[in-house]
Amino acid sequence: MPPPRAERAAPSRRAAAVTTWPAGARTTDGDADWEGVRLHVVSGKGGTGKTTVAAALALALATGGRRTLLVEVEGRQGIAQLFDCPHLPYEDRRIAVAPGGGEVYALAIDPEEALLEYLDMFYHLGRAGKGLKKLGAIDFATTIAPGLRDVLLTGKACESARRRVQGAFAYDAVVMDAPPTGRIARFLNVNTEVAGLARFGPIHTQAEAVMGVIRSAQTAVHLVTLLEEMPVQETVDGVAELRASGLPTGGVVINMARPPLQAEDESDTGRRLTPELLEAGLLAGGIKPTRPLVAALLGEADEHASRIELESTGRALVRGLDLPVYELPLLADGMDLGGLYRLAEALREQGMA
Amino acid sequence: MNRLEIDALLDDPGTRILVCCGSGGVGKTTTAAALGLRAAERGRDVVVLTIDPARRLAQSMGLTELDNTPRRVVDVDETKGGSLHAMMLDMKRTFDEIVEQHADPERAQQILDNPFYQSLSAGFAGTQEYMAMEKLGQLHATGEWDLIVVDTPPSRSALDFLDAPQRLGSFLDGRLIRILSAPAKVGGRGALKFLSAGMGMMTGALSKVVGTHLLTDIQTFVAALDTTFGGFRKRADATYKLLQARGTSFLVVAAPEKDALREAAYFVDRLGTERMPLAGLVLNRVHATSAGRLSAERSLAAAESLTERADDLDDPGDGESADDAPRPADLRLVAGLLTLHAERLRMIDREERTRTRFTSIHPEVRVTEVPALPGDVHDLAGLRVIGESLGSG
Repeated sequence: MPPPRAERAAPSRRAAAVTTWPAGARTTDGDADWEGVRLHVVSGKGGTGKTTVAAALALALATGGRRTLLVEVEGRQGIAQLFDCPHLPYEDRRIAVAPGGGEVYALAIDPEEALLEYLDMFYHLGRAGKGLKKLGAIDFATTIAPGLRDVLLTGKACESARRRVQGAFAYDAVVMDAPPTGRIARFLNVNTEVAGLARFGPIHTQAEAVMGVIRSAQTAVHLVTLLEEMPVQETVDGVAELRASGLPTGGVVINMARPPLQAEDESDTGRRLTPELLEAGLLAGGIKPTRPLVAALLGEADEHASRIELESTGRALVRGLDLPVYELPLLADGMDLGGLYRLAEALREQGMA
Repeated sequence: MNRLEIDALLDDPGTRILVCCGSGGVGKTTTAAALGLRAAERGRDVVVLTIDPARRLAQSMGLTELDNTPRRVVDVDETKGGSLHAMMLDMKRTFDEIVEQHADPERAQQILDNPFYQSLSAGFAGTQEYMAMEKLGQLHATGEWDLIVVDTPPSRSALDFLDAPQRLGSFLDGRLIRILSAPAKVGGRGALKFLSAGMGMMTGALSKVVGTHLLTDIQTFVAALDTTFGGFRKRADATYKLLQARGTSFLVVAAPEKDALREAAYFVDRLGTERMPLAGLVLNRVHATSAGRLSAERSLAAAESLTERADDLDDPGDGESADDAPRPADLRLVAGLLTLHAERLRMIDREERTRTRFTSIHPEVRVTEVPALPGDVHDLAGLRVIGESLGSG
């Protein structure tokens, strides 16, 4: 549980008098694409880097004195690994400070703990809850019973997004590192899933409440993709599925995009480059153009050209989705904490936060 | 680095089952398909069990419909006496088949119609893993193929494949199920009074939480399931044993990235604990260069000076340049290529470090590498290329 917000909760009245934010910090008010969204759900095909993008988004949204919560629901401690911090407990923990004085908290939602908390909150089942655990009922509810697990996970995320401390929202935004695209519509559509099982009763009520938040304008489902065939196809399918299920689509984040080498059409690199031209160029650059070197470099150019061609096909498909598109560069040195801040900055520059 | 001899593994008649595992997005399905094709063209009768292939890859293997039975793949070179079959797993169908096999038609219909069963068979996170193992067991039992290559479900963790079936098995066999099924079996809630007070409280609490209506559904489902084919656990155990049996080998698939190799390392440890035989690691999408002698530094320096030259030539007032002088656009082209080369070297360097971290923790694990290709593979020719790399990796 974060401390009650001191500086940021009060300004509503004082804001008129003190309008300036700390230098260098941009307020996201009015500028960002997802103003008003409290729950950002980040999904994507496995291997596209959705945890990284979710973390960068949480950082970006926290920039300038805001407070965000980054939640993970798949129990794999990806956030802890990314931020290089110890195993996250089932409890909000501050994990990073954003530029301009913002804070990012993190929470690893454990369905079992969430269920016990839920039982205790609504049924005061302190001891009986433990008994249920012994019996295997908790295990049943959280791992086997279809839909219930998702009700708990999404329920906890929604609760975090709506939690208030002393009248103000505890978090300006909650970012969820969600299950992969293939399962996202089903995961978020807990209502439909549960409806077949519990047509009334407490679980049904809870599912309804969760759906109320998820289907509203307070939620946006962003998809992360690479410019490769399968992830792009999955993104296209995922958007169609989200739309068909009435879930609020957000933006598409193209991750690990290759930085443009020059302004002109890049595919030219492979096309127009003849051995003679390359030889002359290498000589001009002070490199001895041996035959194996020229052949190897031309091979690399060809490979690059066909990759760029595939990428532009993919990019066209993504653009055709009619959703805001953001691009994050491939970090050649791999992902680290510094890189995460750079990605957050890139998201802000492009208006995602 | 300890080299993994894929061809020796595929040619060994003692190799009967090959399981490809790894975290999502590392190319498991393609690897499984490429291994199957290579083994078939080297003379074995192979069936590849895939879980969720890309559409075009599936089409190229003739998997146009999900009918849950192996289909013969055409255009495979069968001159060495081998053949290739492939199938896509339909988990709901597989689950239904188990029910139909073990219950009389009326009982089976009752189970199939139960909303709880419908959700369990289609939705439970472990069902896919369980059904993949079930199907593997079935394929093995037919004795029709001398090599079965299994692709594992696209879970985030490679370990799910080993854990989920047992979880499902132990749940379906567990205490909770017995308690839930007890009242329904002897005809309704009256039986509850035989339970101890404590148990009564539990069931009471349970019905309060999930709702009486849902509880009744669960009870009916469980009772039906239980009386028709008890011993789900036994079933899961039997399939699990198959994975420990002689002739089964695991291939851990990964990409040269931190997360994927971390998952791979967990899995290697776990296989050791379970005494399941690890054949080795397939490292996909490895970048390489044959221009390694041109270092990143020199490459970048040259690129910089070429760009400068190009900018100078661009300057207005230079007038017409001589015919044989390189044009600015061409210089930039070469500069771009040199920058690309430098980036590639940096990536190779990073991949190398990530791989070394893995191999120094697990020096005993044999490794084969597959180079990164610019595009996805969606035909047999592409699979052959991958297979070739696997063999020579």
